[in-house]
Amino acid sequence: MSTAAAQAPSWWSMTVDRTRVELKEFLRSREQMIFIFFFPMMLLALFGAIFNTDDLYGTGVSFGQYFLAGMIASGILNTGFQSLAISISIDRSEDVLKRIHATPLPPTAYFTGKIIQVLIVSIVQVALLVAMGVFLFDVELPTDAGTWVTFTWVFVIGLAASTAWGIATSSLLRNGKAASALLTPIVLALQFTSGVFFVFTELPVWIQNIAQIFPLKWLAQGMRSVFLPESFEAAEATGSWQLPMVAIMLSVWLVAGLIISAKTFRWLRVEDR
Amino acid sequence: MNDVAVQVSGLIKSYGGVRAVDELDLTIKRGEIFALLGPNGAGKSTTVEILEGFRGRDAGDVTVLGIDPVMATRSWREKVGVMLQSTSPRSFLTAREALTHAARLYSNPRDVDDMLNAVGLMDKAEEKPQELSGGQRRRLDVATALIGQPELVFLDEPTTGFDPEARRQFWGLVESIAADGTTVLLTTHYLDEADHLADRIGIISAGQLVALDTPEGLRQRATGARVSWREAGATHAETTETPTAFLRNLLAQHEGEIDRLEVTHPSLEDVYLDLIATPEAEADA
Repeated sequence: MSTAAAQAPSWWSMTVDRTRVELKEFLRSREQMIFIFFFPMMLLALFGAIFNTDDLYGTGVSFGQYFLAGMIASGILNTGFQSLAISISIDRSEDVLKRIHATPLPPTAYFTGKIIQVLIVSIVQVALLVAMGVFLFDVELPTDAGTWVTFTWVFVIGLAASTAWGIATSSLLRNGKAASALLTPIVLALQFTSGVFFVFTELPVWIQNIAQIFPLKWLAQGMRSVFLPESFEAAEATGSWQLPMVAIMLSVWLVAGLIISAKTFRWLRVEDR
Repeated sequence: MNDVAVQVSGLIKSYGGVRAVDELDLTIKRGEIFALLGPNGAGKSTTVEILEGFRGRDAGDVTVLGIDPVMATRSWREKVGVMLQSTSPRSFLTAREALTHAARLYSNPRDVDDMLNAVGLMDKAEEKPQELSGGQRRRLDVATALIGQPELVFLDEPTTGFDPEARRQFWGLVESIAADGTTVLLTTHYLDEADHLADRIGIISAGQLVALDTPEGLRQRATGARVSWREAGATHAETTETPTAFLRNLLAQHEGEIDRLEVTHPSLEDVYLDLIATPEAEADA
């Protein structure tokens, strides 16, 4: 027995250490790095090269530029929603969460560690996507502070909503192994219908109507308001970026995700309770 | 200081109307190695998981290190080490990294190198769980359970799948933890393991404690010896409470050598099999 004065590690030191664990696990996972981190960049390079329309509706906007905003939104959905939903449900299936629950780690420190990891990965991912947009598709970065404020809140609320739904979905999936197979088609369907792979206004109206219930449409639209010139605003579905609606829809999804996460999160497998 | 580590009375837990734990009573003293022994499905793991604070219960009082485990606090978790029944899964962290991160959650952790040495994983410190053998993974699990210097450690079927050599080494490790004053609650379905390690053994069958005794006390429950021999090409056997008198009689009836004469006393295993068979026999009657 050591006689050293026993001082419990602080909440912050545990949270920082937990963040390190989460980052190591993410960076060393080939699946996470390819299908979550680099996937949007690969798609951006590929689609930008294939669909080389230079002038959408006479607005002077190229498809590559339009696609950049969609890929930033998709990256946020990948890293917050898809990655967390899959990794947490696998961790639950394999008793990793149960092991964590058996330690003195406070649940808030566990979740904060996850959230900081998602935030760091997402910031780096979006920065690389924007850099690609600037160098490959001549995207002009906004110069006024107001647009960057818009970028910040769209990014933060969009990522928070994705993260909350990632955690919520992990509890709804019973089998960690099936998580990836189940979620990939859902994310793809959202991308096809939310104005990521195709220009939103070119989709049939009934698809547009369904897609606007979901957050990806609003996240992509918010990002277009940041990275596309004002001339494109008139080409949006309602002739406007609808930023207040972007804020409302993303916030509603965030709140719903938080409520479901809080009500459904479990450390143990279903059969273990 | 209270000298009771675990106190359970009238514990009931049902699944779908079936009682997995049926009015169980149990007291474990501080510093003892207590083995909960029983066949698969007897309620061992359910009981232990209730004590670990993972599962709720339907009825009964449970106190572990002074508090009800459903109210587990951070300071309680500091004092309780848990080795789950499932083996550590694949991970992207090496054994050393996993232990180092685990140690940072405790006020007064053991030294990571000391711990790696104690479980014999120093050579494998830079390996990930998927690169270790089953036995090595279990040793990593026990190291993780012990890194925070717990007062009470739960070992849930720790040596399933071990070869005899690895099991012996593991027993040595458990004995050294207990020598430090740590209370150990071990579940196992290996009788020799309980016999070797435990100060007391609780035998659980159909959710109830059917025996609670020292290994020696359990052995003494065996009454009757079996005398067997061969005669005219057939094996004869008698179970008797008075083997000496029986033998005297047998010897008097036979001149010369008696072929394959044997007197055997029931082993701990016979006592155990007898105990766990009883409830079913009663149910059948």
